[in-house]
Amino acid sequence: MSHPSPGAILKAVAKGRGGIHVAHNKITADCETVRMPPPRCVVLPMQQHIGAPCAPTVKKGDHVDVGQVVGDSDKYVSAPIHASVSGTVTAVADVKLANGRIAPAVTIESDGQMTLWEGLRPPKVTNRQELFAAIRASGLVGLGGAGFPSHVKLNTPPDKPIDTLIVNAAECEPYITVDYRECLENSWNIMGAVYTLAELLDLKNVVIAVEDNKPEAIRVLKAIADEDNDRGDIVKLMTLKSKYPQGAEKMMVLSATGRKVPAGGLPADVGCIVMNVASAAFVSRYLKTGKPLTSRSVTVSGDCIRRPMNVRVPIGTSIREIIDFCGGFTEEPYKILSGGPMMGQALVSIDVPLLKSNNAVLAFSRRGVGLKPQRDCIRCGRCHEACPMGLIPTQIVKYANKRDAEELARLGVSVCMECGSCAYSCPAGEPLVQHMRLAKEIMREAGVK
Amino acid sequence: MMNETAKLTVSASPHVKGPATVSGVMFDVIIALCPAAIAGIAVFGFRAALVMAVCVGSCVAFEYLSRKIMKKSVTVGDLSAVVTGLLLAFNLPVSIPLWMCVIGSFVAIVIVKQLFGGVGQNFANPAITARIVLLVSFASAMTHFPEPKSVDAIVSATPLATLSGFDLSGDLTGQIHLYQAADKLPSYFRMFLGVRQGCIGEVCAAALLIGAAYLLIRGVIKIAIPFSYIGTVAVFMLLASRFNLAFTAYQLMGGGLLLGAFFMATDYATSPVNLKGKIVFGIGCGLLTSVIRLYGSLPEGVSYSILLMNIACPLIEKATAPAYFGFVKKKKEKKAKEQAKEGAGA
Repeated sequence: MSHPSPGAILKAVAKGRGGIHVAHNKITADCETVRMPPPRCVVLPMQQHIGAPCAPTVKKGDHVDVGQVVGDSDKYVSAPIHASVSGTVTAVADVKLANGRIAPAVTIESDGQMTLWEGLRPPKVTNRQELFAAIRASGLVGLGGAGFPSHVKLNTPPDKPIDTLIVNAAECEPYITVDYRECLENSWNIMGAVYTLAELLDLKNVVIAVEDNKPEAIRVLKAIADEDNDRGDIVKLMTLKSKYPQGAEKMMVLSATGRKVPAGGLPADVGCIVMNVASAAFVSRYLKTGKPLTSRSVTVSGDCIRRPMNVRVPIGTSIREIIDFCGGFTEEPYKILSGGPMMGQALVSIDVPLLKSNNAVLAFSRRGVGLKPQRDCIRCGRCHEACPMGLIPTQIVKYANKRDAEELARLGVSVCMECGSCAYSCPAGEPLVQHMRLAKEIMREAGVK
Repeated sequence: MMNETAKLTVSASPHVKGPATVSGVMFDVIIALCPAAIAGIAVFGFRAALVMAVCVGSCVAFEYLSRKIMKKSVTVGDLSAVVTGLLLAFNLPVSIPLWMCVIGSFVAIVIVKQLFGGVGQNFANPAITARIVLLVSFASAMTHFPEPKSVDAIVSATPLATLSGFDLSGDLTGQIHLYQAADKLPSYFRMFLGVRQGCIGEVCAAALLIGAAYLLIRGVIKIAIPFSYIGTVAVFMLLASRFNLAFTAYQLMGGGLLLGAFFMATDYATSPVNLKGKIVFGIGCGLLTSVIRLYGSLPEGVSYSILLMNIACPLIEKATAPAYFGFVKKKKEKKAKEQAKEGAGA
């Protein structure tokens, strides 16, 4: 990578193929994050991450304070669950989650005090191993939506040396503005994390990637990045043309370094780690205060929400309570999403707890997210042009209907990240992402990789 | 506001959809065909409009009837039958008996399109196949090209038919001048405006280019197929005529090349989806067209070459399948590993 003059803003070194232009609808961009008052109760499912589920470490009737561990696992790929309010454990039982699954959860009735647990201390971190241990103890998982335990992501195997950390502030999903607010409100924490990680992980480059539709975030971050001149100029700010799915991990790596993550591989295979900006800011806060992940910011928006805003919410708060805090609905909602409109999940019920990885709650009327009438495919190829992975959805649909796992493998279905660009651009309104998932399932059943 | 019994809609992501619709795409094609349709009426008179009306009307009627008879959803609303009807009319001489138009529509819609499963499923372009069926069945009616209304000159053949009589190894420029002077070959200007013999929609190069520009700007078609198709014909003609520009210009504006390259070869269902495939497809069409025009017994070869390439389309698509993101060739992987080992050893 060429060495730019200090403080220069980088442009993406490589341009990815495909992608689409979706209306941004970032209507909450100017809404300062509001802290929500303690909810009546919180429900903390024992699995809010990818990996091994936690086992409850408290029982009914116990008193817990904010930050106290209520669930943990002895497996490495896991993240402990902490009490997000102070109060009394009223149940340790199965609950229904947003995705329809039933999972064990700890329910805490809040005493309204939000008393911090007295056992919280800032962790002592002087080397890699201590950093990973501290991050695991903090319960951090990818806050951008994936929910992968961060300590596992950062702890790359020794045979895959990492030279570049990419802090992802692209936030290419429409409506969501929590990462943008994080950039404006916690920019010093972001930079703090960047320096700590760069030092402890011995990184040569740190790239903070922002889409060019967020000039204010670019201005604030640049001001701080300029301070970094005396540190050897390792931190660089990169602006990206706003295009969906610019924020996808593989797209980020390509834009920042020009490297292509091999199919089936991880960014670590090409020397990169991609971390969400809110996750990075949390690391810095945690190292200073020792307060684990007990709350997070969510964008509450959509045309059915009376007062769209960004809210800082204790994890485990019921989505119904969050929506009520934002003034409730202006009309009967047609669809409610957890996450963005491109990759988010449609909720069956709003009486479900907010999880660590939920970055938005969006409520839409039929006008906003009505289904397009489905017609026959005309083979126009717009799906192929839109696919950032260069897949040919028309053919994948054909072979998925034939249940031909070998052919699906040849077409590379497994690299599909379900970004939805194909289905967005399809004039026939085909549910292409659903077909992609079906195709992956067919391959899984047939045992084909 | 939301009570306990309220039902929420659940569906797979993405939850927002782009503005493109099938009928919108087809409507764009219809708009793009309008200049050529107007030019056709201006050149050949009211009967051209009648032929178009009969073709479109019978195509839509056949579409409606065949869907009804097969007990499938009626898809007339997607406007694809209108496009097929217009394209079929564009490929017919203005003097064609109207009942032949109806037969052509039947072949296009019922046999080529609906019997193979409807829109997007046909293996060949319906309008082109219908034209070829009519050409083979009613050769004299299909090759009788009346003169344009505004021209009094006695022209005996279409420009391409005239050109096919030329001696390629002889003095081409001289022959062209001779024929132009005798009014047996329209001037370049008349060729460009379409005041010449030919099928209804193919004559006016200017109108076709306006329509093509509209389709390209709207993103309905990509330039790959027309560019490689017309480019191949141009290069072939230049080489065959020993770089005679006049001859090449007549070849490019004559016959159905522009209509075929922009509006027929780009048909979604029967052309490759991927870029490399589109280029191969276009070059194939260009080569076949040139060979048929210069060395075949027919003066024109656009329809046949597109039909042949339509049939080859699945093969081309398979052979030119693009590598997906992060695709690693097995061999390359091995080589890279070996190199890495060597590097580590050294």
